[in-house]
Amino acid sequence: MATLIERVAAGDRRALAVLISRLEREDPEALEILSQLHRRTGRAMVVGITGAPGTGKSTLTAALGALLRKGAAGRDPQRVGILAVDPTSPFTGGAILGDRIRMRDLAGDEGVFIRSMASRGALGGLSRATDSAVRALDAAGFDAILVETVGVGQAETDISRQAQTVVVVVTPGLGDDIQALKAGILEIADILVINKADLPGADSAAGSLRAMLDLGGGAENDWRPPILKTVGTTGEGVERLAQEVFRHREHLLRSGEGERRERERAQADLERRLSGRLLARWRAAAGRDVAEMARKVVARECSPEEAVEKLLG
Amino acid sequence: MTARKIRVLIAKPGLDGHDRGAKVVARALRDAGMEVIYTGLRQTPEMIVEAALQEDVDVVGLSILSGAHGDLVPRVLHLLREKGLEKVSVFVGGIIPEADIPGLQAAGVAGVFGPGTPTTDVAAAIRRTQGEGDAG
Repeated sequence: MATLIERVAAGDRRALAVLISRLEREDPEALEILSQLHRRTGRAMVVGITGAPGTGKSTLTAALGALLRKGAAGRDPQRVGILAVDPTSPFTGGAILGDRIRMRDLAGDEGVFIRSMASRGALGGLSRATDSAVRALDAAGFDAILVETVGVGQAETDISRQAQTVVVVVTPGLGDDIQALKAGILEIADILVINKADLPGADSAAGSLRAMLDLGGGAENDWRPPILKTVGTTGEGVERLAQEVFRHREHLLRSGEGERRERERAQADLERRLSGRLLARWRAAAGRDVAEMARKVVARECSPEEAVEKLLG
Repeated sequence: MTARKIRVLIAKPGLDGHDRGAKVVARALRDAGMEVIYTGLRQTPEMIVEAALQEDVDVVGLSILSGAHGDLVPRVLHLLREKGLEKVSVFVGGIIPEADIPGLQAAGVAGVFGPGTPTTDVAAAIRRTQGEGDAG
């Protein structure tokens, strides 16, 4: 175990790949390794890239990754880790993970590590192990970690808890459909990107997004999400995207917003871990039959509210 | 701890541009409950092995229709060994002359599937290399 920790910390790609697989199956030793690596994390810039299916997230992620790798926006070249999540079939448990098809230009570069992850039943646009994989990449010394979500609709907003900066990608021609997004993923955007901006309708899409932001009125912590136009396939506008990603990172640092978000996130994470452990401990100690109580609820012998009172009483 | 998933990389090395067979197999393996990483056309052996390493796959499936299997397959096997990935099973699908099959197997290929192989056979063969029975 010690050697795997050392190898991951030294940036050994094979060790990192094996650790991520073991984290995906929640292997207790892998979780212990991750716990030991925690003190080495916290350096990386974590950027989430999300949006509806077919908006070009993979191509844009690859283009952004390539640019960060070269050194964009006047920065040093970054070591880039990419996690690309695709959906698991709810019927067979299998998955086709095809994001690498769009990332072939990044092949052969030792400073880039790409990992495809299946969502494995998680519904929020990521997989249960995505957070662990981000931490593993961070511990392995990657400077920038790009997390590409499953193609999402309105409610899959888990990325906002995992990433420091969330890029929401839309395409021209959504028209009134942008209306439908307003209560969903638009709200988690730190940066809005109209990709495939060479298609007709890019300007009107930008107008709709601008109107939406004006309605929101929020401007809390004085960050207004910029609206950018990109063409992922040619790289047009991607340098600007990189600039905005760094500008948002600086904003998070300067305003204290980054630290506030991270503390909030850590607390939610601790509470989630606690509730799992407390439930397991309670089960072991109380020996109550939750399944039997569930039967009574279904048979309308008692209500769920009464059932909880009885179980705790 | 959750169950182990079989992870398979499906790659098309070389220059031929027909990936219909590769896609059919990818889909069949997904339907068999596996996680299939599909890398697309025109991959070099180096790209394939690096992807196998990063994705920590159990199996690599190579689809080759160009007749270049005699060069490409040994190169992939060699690079896998070089990276410490000798445990990864390699299967080859596509147009492979009968006479070439023993040589590929001797080089370390776990199975060769010609056109018309039922995809359930492919899934079953993969399962056997992973120490799982045909069931499921």
